[in-house]
Amino acid sequence: MHVFDIIGPIMIGPSSSHTAGAARIGRITRMLLGEPVRQAHIRFHGSFAKTWEGHGADRAVIGGLLGLQVDDPDLRRSRHLAAEQGMAYDISSVQLRDAHPNTVIIEATGDSGKTVTVQAASVGGGSVMVQYLNGMEVGFSGSKTTLIIQHKDAPGAIAKVSRLLAASRTNIATMRVFREEAGGRAVMALELDSEPEETHIDALRRVPGFESVTLLRV
Amino acid sequence: MERSVTKLLTRAASLGGIAAAMREWQLRHDDTVRTVEDMDGRMRQALAVMRESVSQGLDPKTRSVSGLTGGNAAKYMAAALTGRTAGGSLMGRICARSLAVAECNAAMGRIVAAPTAGACGILPAALLTMQEEYGYTDGQLVDALYIAGAFGLIIANRASIAGAQGGCQAECGSAAGMTAAAITFLKGGSPRQQADACAFALMNLMGLVCDPVHGLVEVPCVFRNVGAVSVALSAADMALSGIDCPIPCDEVIDAMRQVGDALPSTLRETGEGGCAACPSMCKK
Repeated sequence: MHVFDIIGPIMIGPSSSHTAGAARIGRITRMLLGEPVRQAHIRFHGSFAKTWEGHGADRAVIGGLLGLQVDDPDLRRSRHLAAEQGMAYDISSVQLRDAHPNTVIIEATGDSGKTVTVQAASVGGGSVMVQYLNGMEVGFSGSKTTLIIQHKDAPGAIAKVSRLLAASRTNIATMRVFREEAGGRAVMALELDSEPEETHIDALRRVPGFESVTLLRV
Repeated sequence: MERSVTKLLTRAASLGGIAAAMREWQLRHDDTVRTVEDMDGRMRQALAVMRESVSQGLDPKTRSVSGLTGGNAAKYMAAALTGRTAGGSLMGRICARSLAVAECNAAMGRIVAAPTAGACGILPAALLTMQEEYGYTDGQLVDALYIAGAFGLIIANRASIAGAQGGCQAECGSAAGMTAAAITFLKGGSPRQQADACAFALMNLMGLVCDPVHGLVEVPCVFRNVGAVSVALSAADMALSGIDCPIPCDEVIDAMRQVGDALPSTLRETGEGGCAACPSMCKK
């Protein structure tokens, strides 16, 4: 936490957790999908489920799914923008066990038919935590530039990533790895001190067994 | 320094003020800013957004999404400018602007959380009205924002700035403490007096509960912004008068944390107690 977390963030009201956090989760989902969203199922849990209308959490998530930032005044009319841009959505509530009170599950389908499912919590002050990605337990906030790699668990995967980031002279601040089972689906989340060059990101995308490589810049 | 007012005052003594100490700390801890100019630019941007939210909130047509609040800041400002407020023009304008920013927030307008969205009216109302009244430069207001930020950071680290954790004392209370310190700085108070002003404001709002009707940041939140800014102003005035706060600021912050921990969950942003439980507010 630092001074711009206290004098800031600059955001659309009324609630840093219910509005700014919700927009951020929508935007992260859009980035993880990697293409414009055609359809989204939005399910609110807990306090989100009780107050989404009055806090504009629905408009915030929809705006985020359209790629809007947390301080974009267009968040207010995001439902209208969704209609204009041909993004269909539905909103419902869900009761989850052992989930943070401000949790939302978003299932998004893109132009190409690709889908992504994100379960994330808005943990306060506009900060968020992605807890499940496509059903797999993860944990990343997107507060720094973050590289998310979905891949097949295999020896040497981490070495390939660190080699390409070193070639790009990008320092890794933190790194976490998650997997379903040995040899199964896996996710790497790397917080970076700077943005790697596009050519190195492309090289990562070509690594066999790497299904999806996303650079989150929330 | 980020956890202790005592250490902040020591740094301030060697660097020539709390704003300088905060800038120096921030430059070392935030890897997204490279220079003091970058940082000051971001603060100026925050100041510009604060100005916009004041004018948006003063529009009599402002209404929240739920329809519970809006349009009252315009009434307050009109009363303040025509001599109908008991507290006089300066106090009236400060309070009206505090309400304006809070109503702008409730209406999904753009605001600067300071330290939170629910308490976003207090700091901008005081700084911008002080500028109008006494002619401070934007540069002085930017220094005041760093000072407010320094106290807010310590409160966040030692206690809490989240209503769900510490009640409204953590939101409007913290904002009042930060604002009291900033006002004291603008009026020429020493770093020690700025810390005393912060302590007075926190002391006077200690125990304030978070009880939003229907769980929304509206009733009583927007009105509490008015209450908190008036507490900030009197806290600053006590310090500026030479009244020493008998309890050191760090200890008041620690007490605030203990009080927050002792609050039942019905009074910590669940919408189940306090104003939220009043019979006329429970009807849909």
